[in-house]
Amino acid sequence: MALISFENVTKEYGNGEYTALADIDFKIEPKEFVSIVGKSGAGKTTLIRLLMGEEKPSTGRVVFGEYEISSLSSKELPKVRRQMGTIFQNYRLLPTKNAYENVAFALEVAGVPEREIDDMVREALDLVGLSDKAYNFPHELSGGEAQRVAMARAMVNHPELIVADEPTGNLDPLNTADVIKVLQQINELGTTVILTTHNKDVVDKLGRRVIQLDNGRIIRDVAKGKYTIA
Amino acid sequence: MFTGIYRLIKYAFQHFWRQRLLSAATLVVILLVLMVFQSIIVFGAIGEAALESIREKIDIAVFFERNVSEDEVLSIKEDLEGLDVVELVTYISRDQAEVEFRQRYEGEDFVKALDELDENPLSASLKIKTFETEQIPVIATYLGNVVPEEKVSAVSYNENNKQVIDRLTAIVRASEAAGLILGLFLAIVAVLVAFNTVLLGIYSNRDEISIMRLVGAPNYFIRGPFIALGIIYGFLSATLVMLVTIPVIHLIAPTVTLFVPGMDLVAYFWTSFGWLYLAQVFAGGAIGVLSSAIAISRYLDV
Repeated sequence: MALISFENVTKEYGNGEYTALADIDFKIEPKEFVSIVGKSGAGKTTLIRLLMGEEKPSTGRVVFGEYEISSLSSKELPKVRRQMGTIFQNYRLLPTKNAYENVAFALEVAGVPEREIDDMVREALDLVGLSDKAYNFPHELSGGEAQRVAMARAMVNHPELIVADEPTGNLDPLNTADVIKVLQQINELGTTVILTTHNKDVVDKLGRRVIQLDNGRIIRDVAKGKYTIA
Repeated sequence: MFTGIYRLIKYAFQHFWRQRLLSAATLVVILLVLMVFQSIIVFGAIGEAALESIREKIDIAVFFERNVSEDEVLSIKEDLEGLDVVELVTYISRDQAEVEFRQRYEGEDFVKALDELDENPLSASLKIKTFETEQIPVIATYLGNVVPEEKVSAVSYNENNKQVIDRLTAIVRASEAAGLILGLFLAIVAVLVAFNTVLLGIYSNRDEISIMRLVGAPNYFIRGPFIALGIIYGFLSATLVMLVTIPVIHLIAPTVTLFVPGMDLVAYFWTSFGWLYLAQVFAGGAIGVLSSAIAISRYLDV
């Protein structure tokens, strides 16, 4: 059974004046590593927002596991989101919490007991190489470090899916390589990863499934592909 | 459940401390609002005491001829006490009147003149107090109708008195109405200012709220710390207001007693301390909690 299904999904804005996504139809199996590529405005972020339940499709269905995301209420969404880890281009860390607390927050909202949280958070920070920055606040971290904290937060409660929306967009090549390496490690441990990017080098080096979007439509979906400039 | 509550309270204190400037600004605004409330309550009590002392002075007294027996006077007293508008009727016998006269004018020459007389020249009287000052003319009319004119030597109420009483009554009524309107106006302005401050505070945290939503925090987990923060604001600002009020009350109490004889502001304050403090905690908490709840509900849909 597919972990994620987009079934004939269309997303329009302004009473149909602008179509962000049109007839999107694909499935993602558990443990896959899928890169969603395309130039800016192709519809990558809209696709992720639909998956996260931040937006509802104009037509079609978005399904994650047993949940039809597009029909969930705002009260039901948190439960589903706790099964997804999210990483964003601008890190989106809680500014009033330090690195440790940001990672711990994902466990606290899931109701994990205090005694288990400490071990899990330290393990996650260790995995991303940030044990020594555990008590630094986001404004005291570099871009690469902040993104690694976001990755630790995304994977700390062992979600079924990691969604990384342009995670390397603000990073230098060295930090980009580190982030991709951690995503690969997470995937090797059995977690499904969806990566949206317009970084051709990253996609080409991965050599995994690539879904390419252009003007809101899927123009290519290959099992072991590269980023082809249309 | 206890873990959840512990976490919400922990987040609230973290928020309070780590956004110190924002917390201090919000706290100061709620503090000012509560000070307005406190002033309305305290000055309301002073005003009420002042008006009451004026009311106390407005009464009507009937002086009887010396040949009227005590039984007759007490019978009229009983009739008066049966009237709905009458609050209190005090009987002052001729002997009591003499004692009071001697006490009041002790050492004066005309007290010695009293000793020269064979008989007590003072009359027995009834002092009548009504619930409302407007009802005094009603009593005057009643007395004119039921007590034979030859038995009354004097009534301390006349048309001049009526004008004074009417004017004082008008002042009392106007003061009460003005105090209520001013108090309400100040309270509404103060509450709106406090609401806006808390709303702006939460507006500045809207990104944080959206991140919490994306991480999968349920609504109560996001709303809870802000509500708890509202309670912290209420408790702290109420405590600070009471601490600020103590020296102010002690400072102005002597002046208040000068203007309103019999008003002991310090005693009033300490007697009312418990409910005043609770009312302030409730008002401050309500402002913090309600404005937080309203503001945050706008950001919980994402």
